[in-house]
Amino acid sequence: MKRLILVLTLLLPTIVFASGEVKLQQANINITDKAALQAGAKLFVNYCMGCHSANYVRFERMGNDLGLTKEELQENLMFTAEKVGEMMNIGMKGTDSVNWFGVVPPDLSVIARARGVDWLYTYLLSFYLDPARPLGVNNLVFKDVGMPHVLWDRQGWQKPVYEQVMDAQGNTHEVIAHLELVDKEKMTEQEYQEKVNNYRQDVRNLVSFLDYIGEPAKLQRQKLGWKVILFLIIFSIVAYLLKHEYWRDVH
Amino acid sequence: MNRLLTASLEWVDARFPLTKMWDEHLAKYYAPKNFNFWYYFGSIALLVLVLQIISGIFLAMSYKPDATLAFGSVEYIMRDVNYGWLIRYLHSTGASFFFIAVYLHMFRALLYGSYRQPRELVWIIGMLIYLALMAESFLGYLLPWGQMSYWGAQVIISLFSAIPWVGEDLAVWIRGDYVVSDVTLNRFFAYHVVSMPIILLALVVVHILALHHTGIGSNNPDGIEIKKNKDPNTGIPLDGIPFHPYYTVKDIFGFGIFLIIFALVMFYAPEMWGYFLEGNNFFPADPLKTPTHIAPLWYFTPFYAILRAIPDKLLGVIAMGASIVVWFLLPWLDRSPVKSIRYKGWIYKFALLLFSVSFIGLGILGMWPAEPLYTKIARVFTFVYFAFFLLMPFYSVWDKTKPLPQRVTY
Repeated sequence: MKRLILVLTLLLPTIVFASGEVKLQQANINITDKAALQAGAKLFVNYCMGCHSANYVRFERMGNDLGLTKEELQENLMFTAEKVGEMMNIGMKGTDSVNWFGVVPPDLSVIARARGVDWLYTYLLSFYLDPARPLGVNNLVFKDVGMPHVLWDRQGWQKPVYEQVMDAQGNTHEVIAHLELVDKEKMTEQEYQEKVNNYRQDVRNLVSFLDYIGEPAKLQRQKLGWKVILFLIIFSIVAYLLKHEYWRDVH
Repeated sequence: MNRLLTASLEWVDARFPLTKMWDEHLAKYYAPKNFNFWYYFGSIALLVLVLQIISGIFLAMSYKPDATLAFGSVEYIMRDVNYGWLIRYLHSTGASFFFIAVYLHMFRALLYGSYRQPRELVWIIGMLIYLALMAESFLGYLLPWGQMSYWGAQVIISLFSAIPWVGEDLAVWIRGDYVVSDVTLNRFFAYHVVSMPIILLALVVVHILALHHTGIGSNNPDGIEIKKNKDPNTGIPLDGIPFHPYYTVKDIFGFGIFLIIFALVMFYAPEMWGYFLEGNNFFPADPLKTPTHIAPLWYFTPFYAILRAIPDKLLGVIAMGASIVVWFLLPWLDRSPVKSIRYKGWIYKFALLLFSVSFIGLGILGMWPAEPLYTKIARVFTFVYFAFFLLMPFYSVWDKTKPLPQRVTY
């Protein structure tokens, strides 16, 4: 019997999903970092909310969780909404967006739960110039995406660097090895690193914010969970002692 | 005070068999005293059923069974309802833990031959509970109206269309439409919150009644009947102890440990890395966008893998149906002179090991895309799965068994 359990346990690590072609980079976010969430919120309302809504997110709740006052919220994060009780809706019509981008930009309320934070992080780092696309950019993780590179003024434009690879049949193909900034030559190594790191920090903040709005209760549940578990541990100890007492006359 | 209580109880007992029921099912229900770890899961399954019903009632207060509102109403529960996230995670985590408890409960039966004569009906009713549970979870999975909800339902309902002659009409009849739509969502909600819970509760009552029926009672890890050894004076089984208080206090301890594990998942990993709540289900249902990879939740994947292992759709559906029906025949397939694995020989132990590996293997393969190599492995596992049941009348006879003890052991 014990051997059976052992064998079954050994099988467990084989449960893994086959993932996509592009290796995702780790976002390494921390949603308890309020400064990062606030910076992310600022980026979100300035860059994303032109086209993307977050229909299930209420400004007030978000402000409370991020440690912002009503006034701070209204002055810095609310451009069209009037009352803090409103949802993060947008004015762009679906029919317009289909004309302009070919699709309706998805609501971003739960995008971090659907895509995962690593995917979002890598996606926002992976736009590159591609003259074949109507908006001039393509994306490594989301091929032929309809979204323009909205954050270009923070990142700069990236161009692909190609390499030759040989496939199983012996044919060589040109594939994208990595992306680099078009303006790399005009910068010193230090400036370049700084620019890249700043943008990574921006994206990390934005992804933190998206993760937070995906599940605002995450902050709550992690705070409550250990208390419940501590209670259950004490409960189990008491229950065990009770059982032990009752079973004295059986054994 | 005490006299008043006694008088009230007498008053009730004259009109309703309260004390009689209490005695029959708890205080004077004699269970074998050698229950081990595996015997916790029946009461744990009952605990989860209660949790699901209570959390379900509260979810239904804020959920909207409407194709345009359903997805948003779940997010409303997660954000704007006080402790709505807790109620929702109780329900979603509870669904998976219900199956964990039930699968372990069923495995216990395989270990100790709990399905054998005279408990055939207990087993069959138990299998009906399992079927009802599968239906209940399938119906409930449509309600969040995400991509996986929608396309999972689309795939499963379309299986009915494989039935010759009536299949297409049957599928339309189930959906109430040519595709899964608002109509489907509404009726699934009705089934999920009204019909199935009633059926489940009724079956659970019948399951316990059949088990507690005079002359039957619980099996035990030795697979011997404790009612054959009774105290000549009292008529109480020598190896039996009253369920209450002995097993009630023991099960309360079991509940504690179970709830610790449950709470760990619910508070710190409610998605269970996509196994309990799938990422794809956070995309709202879109009838025009078929996901590249559709897989059911983990508790259905062994059967899904069997379905896909068979190249023909109708034969696949038949094989999948048969893989569940065959469980019902178990009491008559096992012809071993002993019930418990403790006294069975190496053949049964080996067969059970192979079966367990196949069942889990199929479960894993059912989550993965159907690539040619995986399909081949799934075929081998499917073969082993059926061989375990269908060859049992032979190998259970050939198997060398050990002599049974007179009294239960620990």
